[in-house]
Amino acid sequence: MADANAETDLKQTPLHDLHVELGARMVPFAGYSMPVQYKAGIMAEHLHTRSKAGLFDVSHMGQAFLIGPDHETTARALEALTPSSFVELGLGRQRYSVLLNEEGGIIDDLMVTRPVSEEDDGKLMLVVNAARKDIDYAHFRDRLPENVSLQVVEDRALIAVQGPEAVAAVAAHAPKAAELAFMSAASMEFDGIDCHIARAGYTGEDGVEMSVPAGAAEAVARALLADDRVQPIGLGARDSLRLEAGLCLYGHDIDETTSPVEGAITFCMQKRRREEGGFPGDERIQAELKNGPGRVRVGLRLDGKAPAREGAEIALPDGPVIGTVTSGGFAPTVGAPIAMGYLPVEYAGTGTALELIVRGRRLPATVADMPFVPNRYYRKPKS
Amino acid sequence: MTTYYSKDHEWISVEGDIATIGITSYAQEQLGDVVYVELPEAGRNLSQGDEAAVVESVKAASEVYAPIDGEVVEANGVLADEPAKVNADPEGGAWFLKMKVGNSGQLSDLMDQAAYKAYVETL
Repeated sequence: MADANAETDLKQTPLHDLHVELGARMVPFAGYSMPVQYKAGIMAEHLHTRSKAGLFDVSHMGQAFLIGPDHETTARALEALTPSSFVELGLGRQRYSVLLNEEGGIIDDLMVTRPVSEEDDGKLMLVVNAARKDIDYAHFRDRLPENVSLQVVEDRALIAVQGPEAVAAVAAHAPKAAELAFMSAASMEFDGIDCHIARAGYTGEDGVEMSVPAGAAEAVARALLADDRVQPIGLGARDSLRLEAGLCLYGHDIDETTSPVEGAITFCMQKRRREEGGFPGDERIQAELKNGPGRVRVGLRLDGKAPAREGAEIALPDGPVIGTVTSGGFAPTVGAPIAMGYLPVEYAGTGTALELIVRGRRLPATVADMPFVPNRYYRKPKS
Repeated sequence: MTTYYSKDHEWISVEGDIATIGITSYAQEQLGDVVYVELPEAGRNLSQGDEAAVVESVKAASEVYAPIDGEVVEANGVLADEPAKVNADPEGGAWFLKMKVGNSGQLSDLMDQAAYKAYVETL
């Protein structure tokens, strides 16, 4: 607001005018003008997502394809840069992964989807963090083999719909969405608009992320918002929702110094890759898997009401500082402040008593299991 | 009783030598849902510009600075249990603290209601 010129330099998503119309407070985020909250406010938006369904514009995130001659070639090219298995990834299946630097630190975390259609054999669809797009794309271009290329998608928006009613709201326009298993995706029509819908998200709730043509994004969003169950949700609640779900925010909870073992995201490393190695930083990461890392990301619950934010020091009771908070805030569903941070492994056990130092005061806290709110991802009923 | 306003969006209501201080409706709206308020203990001497309180919203922590010099005589204990009152009644029941005015000359640098209203409109 104070600097009008800086505002005009920001990129806008295809839903920008709709955000403004809906009364969003727009803030700069990763080079984009993004809604931090709407009129309802972060607390109400957060609780609405947990009880019904929230619509999030995540079009600032990077969408791209890796394109090679066949699945195995493309999968192997991606495996060379990540600790995950992609060769075995089934058609229409999605996987969370990380791009690693030579030291085993995380360049970015990303979602990778193998298209469901045989015609798309050799393609993998990527979704990367907005603030890391340029770094990621350069990293791929410098390292991909000659027969695998990176194609950045610039003409599609990304809309997340999350919450217990999210899939029902989407399925009213795209019935096939209801058939998707968790972490799977398919192309389908949404009121006749060609969309690619994945059953995944960043809130711990059931829901979808929809890649839609930029020109149709507003029509899709308006159709969903016309449903009473669906409310628009800003980046503020997106952050508090993912924190409660125990999910990492790149640049805060994981970065180029943290390995996936330290970051407690070893679920992105499948068995074959753990054993075989053959990814950047494999020496460090395999040693950490074997012997335990020096430090590890943990959940923290504060006893009182005062939140501890990123940067707060973590200390032993009446003792020395042993770690740092990487994300923290008030958790609307929990009704109390929660945080994440890094601790030496010997102090990372659930229930360990600690103190978080906020403005010089030591606030009692304990190591807590994550997620802070139980995940409600969709599990297909057994037939 | 006279009410003054600061550029940092505090209101200061002076009666005799006691100033009651809180944040304005504009401020609470900018902050969003307040989840915690840290207040000073009675007896603390504050100089103009010192950090007097901290308001925590879901999103962030914001400092509240002493608009004038003075000694804290009372903090509003209600806010410990009901921080959301700052959103509901910022310029009434959700006052933050009472101070004994240390330097009444500093009050003349503050805005009256009309000037504050005009100031907010420029933001």
